[in-house]
Amino acid sequence: MNIHEYQGKAVLKKFGVPVAHGLPAFTVDEAVAAAEELGGPVWVVKAQIHAGGRGKGGGVKVVKSIDEVRSEAERMLGMTLVTHQTGPDGKTVHRIYVEEGSSISRELYLSCLVDRETSRIAFIASTEGGMDIEQVAHDTPEKIFTMTIDPATGICPHHVRSMSKALKLEAGQPKQLGSMLNGIYKAVTGTDMSLLEINPLVVTGDGDLLCLDAKVNFDSNALYRHPEIEELHDETEEDPKELEASKYDLSYIALDGTIGCMVNGAGLAMATMDIIKLYGEEPANFLDVGGGATTEKVTAAFKIITSDPQVKGILVNIFGGIMRCDVIAQGVIAAVREVGLEVPLVVRLEGTNVEKGKKIIEDSGLNVIAADDLDDAAQKVVKAVGEAA
Amino acid sequence: MSVFINKHSRVIYQGFTGQHATFHAEEAIKHGTNIVGGVTPGKGGATHLDRPVFDTVSDAVQQAGADVSGIFVPPQFAADAILEAVEAGIKTIVVIADGIPVQDMVRVKRYVQDHDAVIFGPNTAGVITPEECKVGIMPASIYQPGRIGVVSRSGTLNYEAVAQMTARGHGQSTSVGIGGDPINGANFVDVLSAFNEDPETDAVVLIGEIGGTQEVDAATWAQANMDKPVIGFIAGVSAPVGRRMGHAGAIISGEADTANAKMNRMEELGVHVVRNPADIGETVDRVLKQKSTPAGGTSHRVQGEAVES
Repeated sequence: MNIHEYQGKAVLKKFGVPVAHGLPAFTVDEAVAAAEELGGPVWVVKAQIHAGGRGKGGGVKVVKSIDEVRSEAERMLGMTLVTHQTGPDGKTVHRIYVEEGSSISRELYLSCLVDRETSRIAFIASTEGGMDIEQVAHDTPEKIFTMTIDPATGICPHHVRSMSKALKLEAGQPKQLGSMLNGIYKAVTGTDMSLLEINPLVVTGDGDLLCLDAKVNFDSNALYRHPEIEELHDETEEDPKELEASKYDLSYIALDGTIGCMVNGAGLAMATMDIIKLYGEEPANFLDVGGGATTEKVTAAFKIITSDPQVKGILVNIFGGIMRCDVIAQGVIAAVREVGLEVPLVVRLEGTNVEKGKKIIEDSGLNVIAADDLDDAAQKVVKAVGEAA
Repeated sequence: MSVFINKHSRVIYQGFTGQHATFHAEEAIKHGTNIVGGVTPGKGGATHLDRPVFDTVSDAVQQAGADVSGIFVPPQFAADAILEAVEAGIKTIVVIADGIPVQDMVRVKRYVQDHDAVIFGPNTAGVITPEECKVGIMPASIYQPGRIGVVSRSGTLNYEAVAQMTARGHGQSTSVGIGGDPINGANFVDVLSAFNEDPETDAVVLIGEIGGTQEVDAATWAQANMDKPVIGFIAGVSAPVGRRMGHAGAIISGEADTANAKMNRMEELGVHVVRNPADIGETVDRVLKQKSTPAGGTSHRVQGEAVES
């Protein structure tokens, strides 16, 4: 789960990590009041959306008067911000963050994440802050410093010394970094973050370390033990279909193609999408109905797929392990009866209770194309969509 | 023979009396698995499925000689259940639980490093040595005893591949699910290495997916160390960058993570890569036929060894 920058900074502040002072605003008046409370003379007005690259899209402005705060707030609230991370449709700005301006003498990069390769929490730092870190890693890999933390020891003074050296810190800065790394490590482990990215981490004109941005992602599987974090969830940032799917515990991702897919298991779901592509069509979605699917869940899945106007055909591919084919069949039939069927539907069932499942579909009298195996199913749905077009 | 589990394994299920575990324990028993009991805290002394229930894993080890455990407890209790099993001396732990917080696994993996135990999962369909031992949730009917090792991240894609193989008469020595989470116990290399040592495994089918470098690491290892053919498939050619495809670990973070990049690299490293998920069984068939033809490169050595022994 992602949260907004201002929320991420509030979490960091709680763990003693220095962040610039700022206040969120949902209206222009709130933005002006925030600016007055912060006092100036320089403010930064920042659009709050769950995507990076906001500056280039006009979502971050440095201003020097209350009037400018007002005009920037008027411009940003309600605007559609397109960045390299939002996709071409962009995202609507519903809230902004007004922050006091900071003098900057150096821009650094710092992130902390759960590293799957080492199975540890890792810190990544670079002297090249404020830039796209993937680009830095690609062009100048020697400027990327990485260290992993043994959970048995946590952050040690030698970690701080190594990173201070890599970041070319001076005077009292290593001590500040030590306190910052300890705070970040506590925040990451204490709230189950899977990623915290501070880009840039700046050295101010006074020589102090300060976090100017905070991108935070939490492990959704751990939210049950952090209700205060779960409250930060902003549903307006999600695709409405994906949100609806998550209510039924379905794993759904909208894509650009024409063939809607309903599959059990993430790996088989991906393979099903892949074989559709191989036969010349594109999948309209990824949808894993999961293990303990009920008739209600399958019906919900079916409704979500058919609500996508781009869908010209549907492929249901179920290999029953925990899932019973008869339950899937009942769900499909119930859903078709409820929402109607205007596009070709190909169903491939295999595994537990497969004969029962096939019979339920046969006896339904509905216009469903049965498939014998994965290959047959993919070919049939691609052919049916081709004929209908 | 087989790897990791066999008819001599003494299996317990943790979370034994739950509905989910009960269903799958019954299935496993029908399949010949030697389930010696199970653990449900607070229900020690009871009998379930004609087998003893223990309060702790330690009791199950001491009183029933358990050496393999299937973890069926809810995800929020799973890390503790794994640690309990390791501490009690269980050597093989299969973690079915899906949705374990990833940082719990950071701590579990660190702890296991210093112990003689192997973990499969979390979020795995399990491990099965057909007609000998099943610890998991897979439909046993599609597996048959044979000489192909199977290792996969995904459950249902494993079923798909196995069904294709079985339909062509190629049974499995053991099928291992390493799980779909970003941090898991045994990795592809661990499993390949076990299959390489197993005299009754002739070839290995490796089924991976987008995200991470495990599959390419495995292919690199196989090129240097394996004399058995490896057949590989990677799911997710059609997956968009930066989206988590159901499995917590299935996310493309960079160019090297994509399915095509992985498959191209694996091919360079000598893996028989299957591009169409419907062709896995057929490819196994073809590779085994090549292998038994004396003209082949690796088959030469295998045949030579067979003659010497």
